[in-house]
Amino acid sequence: MSGAQATGNDYPLAHTADHAAAELLTKRIIVGFGFWIFLLSDIIMFSAFFAAYAVLVNQTAGGPSGRDLFHLPYVALETAFLLLSSFTCGFASIGAWKRSDLWFHTAMAATFVLGAAFLALEVHEFADMIAQGAGPTRSAFLSGFFSLVGCHGLHVTLGLLWLLTMMAQVYAKGYRPDIMRRLLCFNLFWHALDIIWVGVFTVVYLMGDWQ
Amino acid sequence: MSGSGHPTDPGYHDRPPGADELVGHETSATIPAYLVGLGLATLLTIASFVVARTTLVWQPSIPVALVVLAIAQMGVHLVFFIHITTGPDNTNNVMALAFGVLIVLLILAGSLWIMTNMNRNMANMHQSMPMEMPIRQ
Repeated sequence: MSGAQATGNDYPLAHTADHAAAELLTKRIIVGFGFWIFLLSDIIMFSAFFAAYAVLVNQTAGGPSGRDLFHLPYVALETAFLLLSSFTCGFASIGAWKRSDLWFHTAMAATFVLGAAFLALEVHEFADMIAQGAGPTRSAFLSGFFSLVGCHGLHVTLGLLWLLTMMAQVYAKGYRPDIMRRLLCFNLFWHALDIIWVGVFTVVYLMGDWQ
Repeated sequence: MSGSGHPTDPGYHDRPPGADELVGHETSATIPAYLVGLGLATLLTIASFVVARTTLVWQPSIPVALVVLAIAQMGVHLVFFIHITTGPDNTNNVMALAFGVLIVLLILAGSLWIMTNMNRNMANMHQSMPMEMPIRQ
């Protein structure tokens, strides 16, 4: 880290205001990096759930398989809700950068509604499967399915709680630098959930339907 | 960290890479970037759902196509939503991501490889239980 960077002679940090800005950026970059490490470890945990599911997918114990249980149009609707919520979440972060209350809170509310709609669809799907006798205890395949998809659903639930917390914090404390850093982390978290959902709908639903 | 405004000051190198370059343009998030990301992600999602049901191609190629589409969509999300860039402020994020991808691939490929092998080699264990173990099918 030494030497090479110190050769520039026209540094923007000569002024105090720039200096303070660079201090804040230093914090933001480090906080983002730390949270990114957490997200990657979360993704590694999910990869273990994915591996368990992939290993157990054919162990149906004479019970229903993915092909009997999954409805692709239903899954497409879930996917659309979550993808749009990721988009509105990014919109909310731009609103926060622009310090626009209306923009930020509208986009966050839209994110909440879309995320809650996704969650409602998932809960309904789970309840439907359990009512058909295809609960997590029916076969190893279904245990793997409920663990993997349920773990993602749990993350979405926690994300929704965090979302409400962030709306309240921005409302109460404004766009302070520490609040902005929390918003950055929330954004990363919500987008990471969508990345995991891409894996879920591909590996679980689309491949399950294809088999 | 105070008094570290100049490269020769003590503590200057406590700064993460990219902190100086970003002064003045704090966020790379723009509305066009999100729109492009949403468009690409939507296209790839639709492609995935179409490919899963299509009868136009050789069927065993479909899982491969689905995996490729999923990885492409994850890339779109990383670039346009999470804003992983090649900029200096993202160097450490990219390195951590590379390591994370390595571990994920090891867990997935390793589990599938070992368990497929075991399933194949032990497929008729319970039928010929007291007999000698089949060495290789």
